Formats: sequence, C-alpha cells, structure tokens
Amino acid sequence: MRNLSVSGQPAPSLQRKLAGRSLRSALLSGLAWACAVIASVPLFSVLYMLIMRGGSRLNWEVLSELPPAGFELGGGFGNALVGTFVMVGIAALIAIPVGILAGIFLSVLGPGSKLATVARFAAKTLTGLPSILAGVFAYALVVLTTGSYSAPAGGVALAVLMLPIVVLTAEEALKMVPKAMKDAAYGMGCTRTQVIWKIVLPTGMPAVLTGVMLAVARAAGETAPLLFTALFSNYWLFQDGSLELMGPTASLAVLIYNFSGMPFDNQIELAWAASLVLVMIVLVINIVSRIIGRPRF
Amino acid sequence: MNANTQPAAGTAATAAVMDCKLDKIFYGNFMAVRDSHVPIEKNRITGFIGPSGCGKSTVLRSLNRMNDLVDGFRFEGHVHFLGQDVYGKGVDPVVVRRYIGMVFQQPNPFSMSIFDNVAFGLRLNRYKGDIGDRVKDALQGAALWDEVKDKLKVSGLALSGGQQQRLCIARAIATEPAVLLMDEPCSALDPIATRRVEELMVELKRKYTIALVTHNMQQATRVADTTAFFSVDISAGTRTGYLVELGPTEQIFGNPREKLTRDYISGQFS
Repeated sequence: MRNLSVSGQPAPSLQRKLAGRSLRSALLSGLAWACAVIASVPLFSVLYMLIMRGGSRLNWEVLSELPPAGFELGGGFGNALVGTFVMVGIAALIAIPVGILAGIFLSVLGPGSKLATVARFAAKTLTGLPSILAGVFAYALVVLTTGSYSAPAGGVALAVLMLPIVVLTAEEALKMVPKAMKDAAYGMGCTRTQVIWKIVLPTGMPAVLTGVMLAVARAAGETAPLLFTALFSNYWLFQDGSLELMGPTASLAVLIYNFSGMPFDNQIELAWAASLVLVMIVLVINIVSRIIGRPRF
Repeated sequence: MNANTQPAAGTAATAAVMDCKLDKIFYGNFMAVRDSHVPIEKNRITGFIGPSGCGKSTVLRSLNRMNDLVDGFRFEGHVHFLGQDVYGKGVDPVVVRRYIGMVFQQPNPFSMSIFDNVAFGLRLNRYKGDIGDRVKDALQGAALWDEVKDKLKVSGLALSGGQQQRLCIARAIATEPAVLLMDEPCSALDPIATRRVEELMVELKRKYTIALVTHNMQQATRVADTTAFFSVDISAGTRTGYLVELGPTEQIFGNPREKLTRDYISGQFS
C-alpha cells in the first residue's frame, strides 16, 4: 500500500493537519458557533429575568384586576391586557386585509407597474419608520379629529406599523407560488380572479400568515405609538355594561412604561409581571405562526 | 393528405375538430410563427416536431389562447374549433380553455390533495353530478387510480414525477375537454414514466383528440397518427418558425416530401 503513487510521485499524505487552511477553517467555524450562541443570549436572558422578577406575582388576580393607585397594594393589569388585545385587534382588522390585497397587487396583478414601484418603496421605507412617528400620524388623523385619546387611535397607530410587514411578506409569499401552477389554473379555464383566489392565495397562505403573525407580535409589544394615541386608563374598556371605546385606553406596553418608573414596589412588581405576560403573548404568537406557517401540502 | 402549407388543402378525410390557420404570430415585434396550417383530427394524435425555437410550443399554446397571457402576443389567422373561431369577436379565452385542455411540460399539480386536484375543474364548472365518480373515472382514465386510490387525501405534490404528470392528465380530462393539448408532457420524466404516459396517450385518443408537442422523434413515431414538422426560417435575420410538412406519421418518417424534413429526421440539421 505504501508504494501507491500518483503518476510516479510519492503518495500525498491525506492526514488532516491543524495548520494553515484547516486551522483558519476551524477558527471561523468556532467564531460562527460562538456568535450563534451570542445571538440567542438576549431572548433567554430576558426570559430568565422576567420569570425570576415577574413570575412570582403572576396569578389570576393580576390578570383580572384594575391597576392599583399610589400606595395601594395588590391590584393588577386586567384592563391593560384587554386594551392590548382590542387595539391589536383593531390594527389587525385594518392592516391584514389591506396588506394582503396590496401584496396581491404587488405580486400578481401589477408587479411591474409604476404604482407597484411606489407602493413597494413606501412599504420598505415604512418598515424603518420610528414607531413614535406612527403615533404622531394617528394622533393627527384620529385623536385630533375625534377629540380624544382612544383605542381606535391606538389601533390605527399600530396598523401603520403592521401594514408594511404584511404587505412585503405577502408579496414575497405570493411571488413564490410557481408560475407553472398558475399556468395550470389558467389552462383549466380560470379567470385571473379565480387563479388568485383558488390557487395563488391558498398556496401562499401559510407563508402570508407567518408574516401576519410576526406583524401582530410586533404591534403587541409597541409602546411609543400608543403614548399619544391611546394614552392610558385605570378603568375597564367595558364599564358598567357600556363600551367606552372612545376614551383613553390602557395597554400592557404603556403600563410597563408607566409603572416601571414609579417609586412603589407594588407597581414595579406589576410592571415585571406585565412584561412577562407580554413576552409570553409574543412568544405564543410566534410559535403559532410557525405551526400554521408549515405548508400543509 | 397534401403537404398542408396551403390553407385550402384537403382536410376533409376525417372530421377535423380544429382547423388552425396560423398566418402570423407575434410577440411584440418578433414574428415567432408564420404560414402554418394545421388541422387537428378527431380521435387522433397530431404530433408537432421540429428543432428548438421552431415555434411548435407557440403554435400549441395559441390553440387554446394560453398565449394571451403573454405580453405583446398578437395573432393573425383563425383557429376554428367546432365551427367557431377561437379568436373570433366576443370569444372569451377563459371559456375556450375549458373546452381545450392542456398538459404542460413540467408536471404542475396544485398544492392540494390528489382528489382536489382532479376535482378542481369540475368545481370550477359547477359540475352538478357526483364529483367522486368523475374523479375516479378521470384517475382511471389516466392510469393512476390503482396507485392512489388509498391516498386520495394526500398532497398531489407528494407523488413521483411520472405520477404527477398522470395526475395532471387526470385533472385535464376530468372535465372531458374536446381536445387535449400536450406540450412535451414527457420531457421531465424518466424512460419508464415516459412509456406509461405514451401508452396512456394512445389509450386516451379513443375518447379524446390530442395535439402533442414533442422534441423526441421516437415518441412521435410511437404515438402520433399525423405528424407536423416545423422548422425555423432565419433568412430575414430573425427566427421565425413555420410548418414545413404535415402528413401521416409513416409518410413523414418513411417518405418525407421535403428535403428539410428528411434532413431533420435523419439527424442532418444545423
């Protein structure tokens, strides 16, 4: 075996040497590995911190009661939880249909049109918009015209933040539907509308929903846009059997912001517990989006 | 049969389901096909052969107005289908495609279950009868039933390439179109799957009329009753396809009238 040779030359050694190329390769792999660990540190350390600081206060009482006043003990953030759900819901009702339909336009109806170029540019710019400006926009549009801080104003501000995410992910998702599949549908005698409703949307829907859920998760955690639009409230949205939709509305994010700066231990504990709840909501939404985002066929 | 480059030449021997007189087909300013007259006869397989870029796929896709989806497509001539011009005034291309079905080069099942794939056209046409029966008939017609009868709820995309193509054929025949256009249906398949689809085509012509584009001359000799040979004219500085010769397959391959045809089938083409 030792005498084996390639074209008269002595056989080359095939042993791995830890020098030169292989050394650089090993170092680079190690660096990439370390960076992957670093990238996952923030989430887990935040989770750990929140569970340590907020976990002990987490019970049915904090989820169902109103925020306490100054020196009061106990209490909770039930109204803020409801407020967050209501405002994210309003935002979703606005941003999801508009975003998906705009995504259909960008990907199927007029991908090369002038309008598409403008809309795509607007959406990409909007994703980088400081979220506080979304609040300013909704303040001008809703708060000034209706004359009060309200849940719908907060919802509009959040919708402005969600819209570009939904538009761009819907466009990407629907663009991925193979042309061959669309051709097959046209070949069966589908109109363009039928191709979109029966083939493009159902085929791209899992990926569209992933984008939708990520947008919802982002909106649920936003504070800045709600500061000028929904403000905060110490009362329920539904008070004494009537729905007070057009008044200041509490949200988890703003409650955390308000309470974390207070000089009372009770409020600070509640802020920790609310943070934990908010992160759990975002986490659940992300997990759900991964499950529904799995292609069914 | 005559060499049918002349529009008036005889097509009366058997009933022509389609009479396709393709004077000029443009994509923008580019003339892709000129002066091709192809009759498609009932319960026969008409094979289109010719070198790449000779416009045979363009011709096929013009017959059910699939090319209307291409920007800049322009058509001069007529495609008579059961007495009506497919390109006539007020004709809806969507309706045309429901009567002239298509099978594509790449198997392209929808991302839904096998059953839903085959039922798609029936539901599209609001078929009133028992959809299950028709799906079974179509899958049997496409020689796929025995392989999939226990997994009709499984995704069509989970099948092998050859099975996917037979699924697409089942999907196309479920609505019982008058004519089936097949655009190189075997080019993405292995030889065994190819053989199965070829056997299927011969089986299908009893009930359907088929126009088949193929780049495989052996396939044309195996399945086509009539063969149309297209070539490319590069004299005007562009590449324009046209029909050189059309006739019974044995004649085209055994005793071609045109030198171009003889050169092509004997492998002497540039």
